[in-house]
Amino acid sequence: MHSYKRTLPGTQPNRRHDAYRSTLLRNPRQPLIQIPQTLSELTGPLCGDNPIGESDNDLTCHFAEEPLGQRIHLSGRVLDEDGRPVRNTLVEIWQANAAGRYNHPVDQHPAPLDPNFIGSGRAMTDDEGEYRFVTIRPGSYPWGNHYNAWRPAHIHFSLFGPSLLTRLITQMYFPGDPLFDFDPIMQSIPDEDARRRLISRFDLETTVPERALGFKWDIVLRGSGATPFEDAGK
Amino acid sequence: MSERSLIASASQTIGPFYAFALTTNTALGVMAQSGAIGERIELVVHVVDGESQSVADAMVELWQADASGKYQHPEDMQARNPDPAFSGFGRLGTNAEGEAAFTTVKPGRVAGPDGGLQAPHINVIVFARGVLLHLYTRIYFAGDPANKLDSVLAQVPEERRSTLLAYPDRKRRELWRFEIRLCGEGETVFFDW
Ligand SMILES: [Fe+3]
Repeated sequence: MHSYKRTLPGTQPNRRHDAYRSTLLRNPRQPLIQIPQTLSELTGPLCGDNPIGESDNDLTCHFAEEPLGQRIHLSGRVLDEDGRPVRNTLVEIWQANAAGRYNHPVDQHPAPLDPNFIGSGRAMTDDEGEYRFVTIRPGSYPWGNHYNAWRPAHIHFSLFGPSLLTRLITQMYFPGDPLFDFDPIMQSIPDEDARRRLISRFDLETTVPERALGFKWDIVLRGSGATPFEDAGK
Repeated sequence: MSERSLIASASQTIGPFYAFALTTNTALGVMAQSGAIGERIELVVHVVDGESQSVADAMVELWQADASGKYQHPEDMQARNPDPAFSGFGRLGTNAEGEAAFTTVKPGRVAGPDGGLQAPHINVIVFARGVLLHLYTRIYFAGDPANKLDSVLAQVPEERRSTLLAYPDRKRRELWRFEIRLCGEGETVFFDW
């Protein structure tokens, strides 16, 4: 049976990050306990039979009118650490509208709601591990963490992958956002390259003339330590 | 060990506003349909922070084997089919009281790291605002004789093992409660691999 490699130091956020105040009372003070990887961790929810509606990956087409904001085509590949595509895995996204407001009762930001935008979508990756969404670029929004705190524009992503240990919830950012340096959530990741890998890139290739800007963003899930030889023998 | 050619993407917090996307389907709280094999249980998971305040914006995911100890997953090579009336995956947001209530069955025993069998347990992932990297723990069942022989529990310091136990309600034995204390006194044991 294979096993998963540990993540590289510095490439995942510090759990307790003083500048992000909510981390202080919501994360363990005791060290995590390392245990062997058993069948319980090497299996996990696949959600592969989760029925995906035809327009679930288009966040702009659920009402008679289109939502406000810059329309974007967002796509990319889901890969493991050995560069292999992660096929037929569920990708869920959610985001604020173009004004920076979530369709959630707790969001009190006094920016307008958009009656034509809910802000959640789902897709399955194809044989190349590729996912595709049509949406609008979300706005930045303020939050109460500290004085004058604003989140860089982001889209939340949730992925399962093949096992419990590949589960990932993260956020995708947009290139050139001036708020990166001031965002404790992004800055909780010590490694600069790891932060940069959460930033999508503008892509002329997938930009649709007269219609939508293209953005590309690849996601890498934790990889198994199986050697190619072991893999071939399976 | 093969070298990695890529590096796993960094995790980020789920934030407070995930519900309209991730937990609209409350059917994900019902893992056992009426015909599911095994001991049917209601499992209430309560999440509290370092000041014992209920966490009302956490998301709890459960992953478990069916009553016979079979995971619904290709890595589980046991030559039998998983119970079709049972889904091994549950997902709910916590309510205003910090609770998420699942309907499931007590899982069977699954293979352990030492060639033996593990005690019945449910794998748990916790996400929340303020949690930048999700937390893994396990739910074991208080009073199960197999707990004494479980090799994972054996690696947990004895005085902290009770943080991994669900307890039955005194009056309703099918109702089990499990508390996840994210931080501080009586902090739940969380795992890493
Ligand atoms: Fe957000």
